[in-house]
Amino acid sequence: MSLLQLEGVSVYYEDFQALYDLDVTIEEGEIFACIGANGAGKSTMLKTVAGVLTPKRGRVLFDGQPIDHLPPYKRVELGISSVPEGRRVFPSLTVHENLLIGGYRNRKGSWTTDGVYDLFPLLQPLKKRQAAGLSGGEQQALAIGRALMANPRLILMDEVSLGLAPVVIKRIYEAFPALLKSGCTILVVEQDVQHVLTVATHVACFLEGRIALQGAPSELTSEQITAAYFGVY
Amino acid sequence: MKTPGTTVTKDGRRHSVSVASKANLIILGFGIAVLIILVIFPFFGSTEWTRRLVDFFCYLALAELWNLMLGYAGLISVGQQGFIGIGAYTLWLFSDIVGINPLVSVVFAAVGGAIIALPAAALVFKLRGGYLAIGTWVIAEILRLIVSNIKRAGGGSGINITATSQMVQSLGPDAWYSRVYWWALAGAFIAIVVTYLLLRSRTGLALKAIRDNDLAAESCGVNLWRTKLYTYIIAGAGCALVGAIQAMYTLRVHPGSAFSVNWTAYLIFIVVIGGIGTIEGPIIGTVVFYVLRETTSQWGTWYFIALGLLAIVVTVWSPAGVYGWIIKKTNFMLFPLQRKLRLADGEGPPAEVAAGGPDEAAV
Amino acid sequence: MEWVSAIIQGILLGGLYALFAVGLSLVFGTMRLTNLAHGDLTVLSTYVALIIVGSGAVRFNPLYSIPIVMVIMWVLGYALQRGLLNFIVQKGDVQGVIVTFGISIVIMNALQEAFTPNSQRLPVGELESRSITISDQLAIGWLPLIIFILAVVVIAVLQLFMNQTKMGRAFRAVSDDQEAARLMGINTKHIWAVAMGVALLIGAIGGVMMGIRTTFHPMLGSDRLIFAFEAVIIGGMGSSWGTLLGGVILGVAQLLGSFAFGPAWATLCGHVVFVVILALRPQGLLAKTVTA
Repeated sequence: MSLLQLEGVSVYYEDFQALYDLDVTIEEGEIFACIGANGAGKSTMLKTVAGVLTPKRGRVLFDGQPIDHLPPYKRVELGISSVPEGRRVFPSLTVHENLLIGGYRNRKGSWTTDGVYDLFPLLQPLKKRQAAGLSGGEQQALAIGRALMANPRLILMDEVSLGLAPVVIKRIYEAFPALLKSGCTILVVEQDVQHVLTVATHVACFLEGRIALQGAPSELTSEQITAAYFGVY
Repeated sequence: MKTPGTTVTKDGRRHSVSVASKANLIILGFGIAVLIILVIFPFFGSTEWTRRLVDFFCYLALAELWNLMLGYAGLISVGQQGFIGIGAYTLWLFSDIVGINPLVSVVFAAVGGAIIALPAAALVFKLRGGYLAIGTWVIAEILRLIVSNIKRAGGGSGINITATSQMVQSLGPDAWYSRVYWWALAGAFIAIVVTYLLLRSRTGLALKAIRDNDLAAESCGVNLWRTKLYTYIIAGAGCALVGAIQAMYTLRVHPGSAFSVNWTAYLIFIVVIGGIGTIEGPIIGTVVFYVLRETTSQWGTWYFIALGLLAIVVTVWSPAGVYGWIIKKTNFMLFPLQRKLRLADGEGPPAEVAAGGPDEAAV
Repeated sequence: MEWVSAIIQGILLGGLYALFAVGLSLVFGTMRLTNLAHGDLTVLSTYVALIIVGSGAVRFNPLYSIPIVMVIMWVLGYALQRGLLNFIVQKGDVQGVIVTFGISIVIMNALQEAFTPNSQRLPVGELESRSITISDQLAIGWLPLIIFILAVVVIAVLQLFMNQTKMGRAFRAVSDDQEAARLMGINTKHIWAVAMGVALLIGAIGGVMMGIRTTFHPMLGSDRLIFAFEAVIIGGMGSSWGTLLGGVILGVAQLLGSFAFGPAWATLCGHVVFVVILALRPQGLLAKTVTA
């Protein structure tokens, strides 16, 4: 049984259709990358899985169970955790408090605050600093650490590389193996194609609300990906 | 009705933008007829109905102005009673102390409201949203307390406006209330016209689209602070005008009633029931309010409880009010505020696609 | 030295105002809702105390009713939020103002209907009228002192709650970013309801104490709302201790005004001080808001 399944999912923003009959399957242990231009629907899919948006048609199944009508907090209980677009760390809380909030639902698992500080040592000296005073890269590490505190089975990352220096992006991707080892499957949305393809096990290219191309990066040529990304055929 | 030039879109279809439809033209003619009837009403209507209409137009004006503040400047006020009270007392001041004919003093009352609005705005604009609302209430309370402490003006028990009583004596009640009626009609008319023009203007459209995003508004060339200020001043003058009319109607001023928060309760009810963000809404709302008042006001406190509950229910379940419901069903506005996109295909009459009516999302 | 007495009384009165203000501020902080019915809800709690004290076969000291009233108001606050206000919390300021204004009207008139508009007072025991004599001209009433101490304790406990407990952290997270909070597993509907419950619970303490200290009637809610609001603005939004400071400044302004110009001027003097501070330092004296 797949970890996550979207069956014929259509999502609307008011009258505007953002996703058209989407079918996606994600297996446990994958690093699944969704790429595509702005507005292609990648973030919409992520928000639908997280529970921020509800599909008008279709189903979202987690471990075989439909979760479409569960509010986000119940999905966290099931093991779906989010690193939202723009990081969205809690600015008035300290770094440590942000991590503690991640563990709000008390899910059992291997992640602890110490574990997060081991994974991202840059956060250790910033423990008592208010999150508002952090740099972009530090906030990103914090957002990921916060999501890990929920001991997720599926972690949703929305454009984690946005606005970050390549060196920082590399460091974030270097953390992925540790995530996988703790039993976490990664679903990552990115505009920056180059970097994410180096770590992804699967990639889906979004175009205007549909998936134009799917497969393992090793099987796809860069011409295919470019064509699917820009919609040029 | 503006019909700016026709443009050709990329897929070859022509379209033009207009504000109203042909039906609106007919309505305009009809409206002018109604207006004429209203103007000559006191000559054939009973004094009792003339007096009723004075009240009606007062509430209508208040509701329209409240809508203007909200829809045009994003200001929520629960303190307009401050201006109503100032208007009433300014009327007394100019009528009894300065000695000017009350029917002329009304103008000074409106000016008084506008003048008070300036420092009030300076203070209140430092707050936002709900706290701004309470701020306007505090201003009203300050004005009430100051006036209540002026012995010459009757202090806490109020005072009769001798000039108005004299006029009722000399003119006779019929003639007097007709003149008050005309002021009330003028007030409501001006309020509607001003609201319509402002909301329909380019600035109005921009403000509606942008709502609370100050940066976006200013980048569209809208001076937000000035817009808010002018709107607040207009509303202040208008509410003061209503206050003066009420003073002429009751022939006395009393701080408890002139500055009562019940004014706000009534006008909020009217606006909510009728429909926030439209001009027709307050008309419907005032009618509903009136019907309720005539039938249930003897309930006393239960009447207020009913008003409050109804306002809550409508706000939560049907935020666009009665009129919003009507618009949804018929896609037609009496006072067209939205721009209609007419798609002209090769053949056939243009289809109309309306956009920009009262938006529920903004409510 | 009567003006010293006025100042001290003003400070103590400030404690009472702070008890009203803290709830208003908490609700605004957590859900950006300005509850125009806040004052009336505290008046409601005073009447609840009246029922409890008056109805029982045993007439006991109203101070003992406080815990019961607190529980009742917490439940009421939770139900009100979950049942009604949660539906408008995310819909913008206008709906919040209108609905809470409507609730205010309903409560005010329902109380008038049920209890008549006449002024009432909770029975005064011995403690309430005693005072500590400091000097020939200076005496401090026990009751005002207790109220002030209660205010300090409540605020200290609230701060502790916010900073040290899991739920307090959740409050702050929801206040910062409600959508992100939801993604972290926080049930915002529940948190908002708890916040409203706590706000009314604290307001109830003030409400009952005020009912013991002075007379009350159904229309008092607007005044309480305005004083609470002024205390919040003077002290600075986002700071509980600021709210206490704001209450104190307001109380002192009112009582000094009463002392200098007569009791009819007390409220107005408070308004004047509020206006001055709003004009000169609109963010309040101890403002503490963080922008990311």
